[in-house]
Amino acid sequence: MSSRDVVLARVRRALADVPRGEGPEDPPVPRDYLRAHGSRTDEERVALLAENLEEYRAVVHHCAEDDVHMLITRLVSGSQTVLVPPGLDPWWMAAADPTRIHDRAASTTRGLDAVGSVVTGCAVAIAETGTIVLDGSPDQGRRRISLIPDHHVCVVRVPDQVVDSVPQALERLDPTRPLTWISGPSATSDIELDRVEGVHGPRKLEVVLLSE
Amino acid sequence: MSGTYLGMPAFPAAAASSTQDARLRANLRYATHTIRDKRAKAVAELDDWARLRAAGAAVKDRTLRHLDHYLEQLEESVAAAGGQVHWAADAAEANAIVARLVRETGEREVVKVKSMATQETGLNRALAEAGITAYETDLAELIVQLGDDLPSHILVPAIHRNRGEIRDIFRERMGRWGRPAPEGLSDAPGELAEAARLHLREKFLDAKVGISGANFMVAETGTLVVVESEGNGRMCLTLPETLISVVGIEKVVPTWQDLEIFLQLLPRSSTAERMNPYTSMWTGTTDGDGPRTFHLVLLDNGRTDTLADTVGRQALRCIRCSACLNVCPVYERAGGHAYGSAYPGPIGAILTPQLRGTASELDASLPYASSLCGACYEVCPVAIDIPEVLVHLRERVVQGGKVTRRGVKTVLKPAKGHAAERAAMRAAGFAFDHPGVLRAGQRLAGRTRRLHPRRLPGPGHAWSDTRDLPPVPAESFRDWWRRTRGEERGK
Repeated sequence: MSSRDVVLARVRRALADVPRGEGPEDPPVPRDYLRAHGSRTDEERVALLAENLEEYRAVVHHCAEDDVHMLITRLVSGSQTVLVPPGLDPWWMAAADPTRIHDRAASTTRGLDAVGSVVTGCAVAIAETGTIVLDGSPDQGRRRISLIPDHHVCVVRVPDQVVDSVPQALERLDPTRPLTWISGPSATSDIELDRVEGVHGPRKLEVVLLSE
Repeated sequence: MSGTYLGMPAFPAAAASSTQDARLRANLRYATHTIRDKRAKAVAELDDWARLRAAGAAVKDRTLRHLDHYLEQLEESVAAAGGQVHWAADAAEANAIVARLVRETGEREVVKVKSMATQETGLNRALAEAGITAYETDLAELIVQLGDDLPSHILVPAIHRNRGEIRDIFRERMGRWGRPAPEGLSDAPGELAEAARLHLREKFLDAKVGISGANFMVAETGTLVVVESEGNGRMCLTLPETLISVVGIEKVVPTWQDLEIFLQLLPRSSTAERMNPYTSMWTGTTDGDGPRTFHLVLLDNGRTDTLADTVGRQALRCIRCSACLNVCPVYERAGGHAYGSAYPGPIGAILTPQLRGTASELDASLPYASSLCGACYEVCPVAIDIPEVLVHLRERVVQGGKVTRRGVKTVLKPAKGHAAERAAMRAAGFAFDHPGVLRAGQRLAGRTRRLHPRRLPGPGHAWSDTRDLPPVPAESFRDWWRRTRGEERGK
């Protein structure tokens, strides 16, 4: 008998008390919890996102389409090299010095470690928790590019990409894609259960709320 | 501490020494009280917390009742997404599978995300015996590993260490494992975190094999979920070429939608955050992004034995948030090491004796490591009635009974050390069944009350060493009632 058979047989013996007629969908799960905690206008939802992002030490910028290239250029001005995913809106980087911008797909980890900033879009943002989610789409790139550089600039199109809650975010996301949920910069509570920002992930997270 | 739980003394002996450690108690008190208050606030933000909690418990119960179905569905989904699924009946088999998979890559070093399952199986030691070095990358696990220590908390394994101790460990030990601590390192938490960042950076960038656990596995999609804070999880899950995840079979949930419950319950209950900084979700492998090879090792190691107990099975709902540790008066005073397993605190007191059985003195003592105050049940985000299971397990230790061990049904003998308690309980049962005997005994006790010692003689002395004996009233309630019919004050 393989270990697979051993474990499954043990499970079945352990469940001898479960009536034969009971199917895997039983017993039903009460889903009377809320789909969102409160009803909000678009402005209120975006404001809550900003508030919760800031509470966990992300830096939030508000910006209109016409000015986004100037803002992003200013945000990455401290970095010698800037990484962008292949499908990033070219307008966003239109004012930046092109010699500093790279989007090589095959960058090594060491190479990425030398990069100062990365600019990405996102898949969805959650107002109630101050979370942005990346799903590896062409404007977000591979997971490693938003992980190794120490400075991440993430552009959220508001209000379209902003949802209220975790349940609403999961409805929009595709589980077959690799997903990264980000709520503020890297942090730890491992020393006396006190939160300290800045461990392995980007220590500086800047979120641009781009009005359409 | 020497990096193993084997041969540890029973809970009372271990706790007797740890409760004398003033620094440990101060560290624990500070940390648990800090998180306790924050958690209460984070939970209070959600009006529907009680409904989320009920739904979380219901999803887990439903999954457990049909675990074979969901495991087979999970296996199929993971395989369809490009992953390879392995099954391990016990710890030794899981460790052997992982060691073989690492050897097949030709690598001798692995980076690890904090994982309760691999703590439980003692994977690092097994890998070391196979000539493979495992680097722990969670900050607290790093502190534990560098200090040749044992974890003492589910969420914060180094909770028993304060900042000064952590600085000393980093200064003395980091150099032996890689990049030494920076010169002049202080005990400021920010500086300590920076030292860990620098120390581990080179490990991440060069790692070819990553080892993780998972908080959740979704049967319908084959998606695995790791919830973390520091980014070490993201590093280990995305940079290596090969990823091996060792996950307990009870971590499966049926649907993608079910995550909406647990991703609200877990962070608020665990770190008291609306959302933890990073959550990674992956489904098999993705071309050009992340590991090219993904192995999932499904671990039993006593879980099916726990499942066989219809009262104790609820312990398998646990999502490892550690809220029960943070509110437990016994944990706060005894510390995590006294529990002698990877799972300390109230959840450990019901999980360990079920996963390992109660054959050892330590494991038989764990159901007693509680005052049954019920605070653990109150805070549990999946409503595990820990006091109920504790009482159930105590009964089993004292009276013996039917249990399942390694998949085989056996009858457990009553534990030896509990003979006196059993005799006392039998005597009490007789007295309560015979009111005349009880009445006579109470009268005798009332009339001789001046002669009663402050401590019990004979085998009872151990019990009364740490307790005050209740004074016996001059007249029993029964006699008082018989005499007055309650009219004395009732008029």
